[in-house]
Amino acid sequence: MAENGFLKVSRRGVLAGGVASATVGQASILRAQDTAPGSAAKEAKVPVRLTVNGTPQELELDSRTTLLDTLREHLKLTGSKKGCDHGQCGACTVMVNGTRINSCLSLAVQHQGDEITTIEGLGSPEDLHPMQAAFVEHDGYQCGYCTPGQICSAVAVLEEIRNGVPSHVTEDLTGRMRATEMEMRERMSGNICRCGAYSNIAEAMAQVAKG
Amino acid sequence: MRSFTYERAASPAEAAKAVATTQGAKFIAGGTNLIDLMKLEIETPTHLVDVQDLGLDQVEDTEDGGLRIGTFVSNTALSAHPRVREDYAVLTRAIQAGASGQLRNKATTGGNLLQRTRCAYFYDTNMPCNKRKPGDGCAAIDGFSRQLGVIGTSDSCIATYPGDMAVAMRALDAVVETVKPDGTARAIPAADFHRLWGDTPHIETALEPGEIITHVRLPAPVGGQHFYHKVRDRRSYAYALVSVAAVIQPDGTGRVAFGGVAPKPWRSEAADAQLPNGAAAVVRTAFADARPTEQNAFKIPLAERTLAGILADAQTGTRS
Ligand SMILES: Cc1cc2nc3c(=O)[nH]c(=O)nc-3n(C[C@H](O)[C@H](O)[C@H](O)COP(=O)(O)OP(=O)(O)OC[C@H]3O[C@@H](n4cnc5c(N)ncnc54)[C@H](O)[C@@H]3O)c2cc1C
Ligand code: SF4
Ligand code: FES
Ligand code: FES
Repeated sequence: MAENGFLKVSRRGVLAGGVASATVGQASILRAQDTAPGSAAKEAKVPVRLTVNGTPQELELDSRTTLLDTLREHLKLTGSKKGCDHGQCGACTVMVNGTRINSCLSLAVQHQGDEITTIEGLGSPEDLHPMQAAFVEHDGYQCGYCTPGQICSAVAVLEEIRNGVPSHVTEDLTGRMRATEMEMRERMSGNICRCGAYSNIAEAMAQVAKG
Repeated sequence: MRSFTYERAASPAEAAKAVATTQGAKFIAGGTNLIDLMKLEIETPTHLVDVQDLGLDQVEDTEDGGLRIGTFVSNTALSAHPRVREDYAVLTRAIQAGASGQLRNKATTGGNLLQRTRCAYFYDTNMPCNKRKPGDGCAAIDGFSRQLGVIGTSDSCIATYPGDMAVAMRALDAVVETVKPDGTARAIPAADFHRLWGDTPHIETALEPGEIITHVRLPAPVGGQHFYHKVRDRRSYAYALVSVAAVIQPDGTGRVAFGGVAPKPWRSEAADAQLPNGAAAVVRTAFADARPTEQNAFKIPLAERTLAGILADAQTGTRS
């Protein structure tokens, strides 16, 4: 009983957390506008230079701007999605200098000089990345909201295995890493799919891993 | 999120001084914990000092055969380092049991040690919490406490230190190296790094204001079979209910630290000494002073069973 009760509350807590953080976001935008000139909460604009999908970008941003908001709101690259904004869902996954991160938990100012690759940079409708093509072939999605993050993560996961990064399910830490089904499922656990397309995503990845 | 200014420091001493002399300043490393808390306005720094340009992103061999890990080494890089996989497998296992691939790529060694509790009431700014707001009360003590601490807690706060990496570091007798704002360096044993907070639960570590972590040092390898078993509500990407880091020698002696149960990774040398007598003896000693709540009393038998599983694997030589 107590356990079930807790689970229910914690689920609702997660939802409420999401709603609360959306309101917090709005409140801080309002505050920034309300208190613009001569107030204590001075707006700190900072220059940010980074390369996104091969194109150098120079921006002036509020220091609070996350990498995700930079991509979506300032560069209009809306492929990367905001699911939770708290590092819990993986919808915002992009590659920074070749490694995947959650762009919602990173500030743009932390990325001076970095090379960012988003879903838009992996391939185009005319020239799909093999992982994009495999997701289409295997129906690795339903609504598609988590998909850009899933694909960026999937590409990076195969690279991590090639580079010998171990995982929680790796039996032999000193041997060669292999792209088994278990390995790929564990390594993709940071990407949540509300539609439950997991088994098709695993098939798409297995196809690309086989090469 | 509140407004803040941002700078990148060029040396550890400069960074420490900047944080010590600027009111409301904090360090930022990966940002995966700090930015999360800033979005909720649980952390409200007015100035951030970024530690990414300090050159502290290397893992080096030490003269005594150990390792010295720069604070900015990512969790992924540390867990994948060939010497860590070979000689300190408990550390690789612990890191890989935590968070997700994306988070481990960004999370750093020092930031991971300093991640804050995951008590749900700490995150809910509508609820009283002594850790978030000293003197506010604690919503967890008479609330939902299933996830929270069973030992080393206090009447002010029953939260846990939630991380995994530090539990392995405690088992390995790691040492945290720091630089203070006046430029002096010191070394803090992992055993003393996280505090038992008593009636000041907002003060979680031995660090002084502005003191910066530069490295974590691991002593020479101790051999043995290495294990990190983490029990949680789902198989991946969840915090521990109980975790056990253990190094077991062929003669049955060894060392063991427990995670998810206390304000710090929980280890006692007296409990280590009970290892040849089995899991029940170890847990009886380690948890002799436990004060669980009705909802989390299950963690003590769970710790015993988890350790028993490790000892059985050690006997059969199953997966280190
Ligand atoms: C969804 C989710 C799930 C997670 N699951 C797990 C899990 O299962 N297990 C686990 O262990 N962790 C888990 N984590 C936590 C994660 O491991 C931490 O967020 C991460 O390790 C923090 O490292 P960072 O470099 O990003 O720290 P930051 O967020 O940059 O900093 C954290 C704190 O450390 C301070 N700090 C950073 N560097 C220094 C320094 N050199 N000197 C002094 N102070 C410093 C900062 O001021 C800040 O207060 C999870 C996180 C998320 C978001
Ligand atoms: S247990 Fe600690 S962190 Fe949780 S509500 Fe109580 S004081 Fe806050
Ligand atoms: S939006 Fe970044 S992890 Fe959910
Ligand atoms: S396809 Fe809908 S959330 Fe994954």
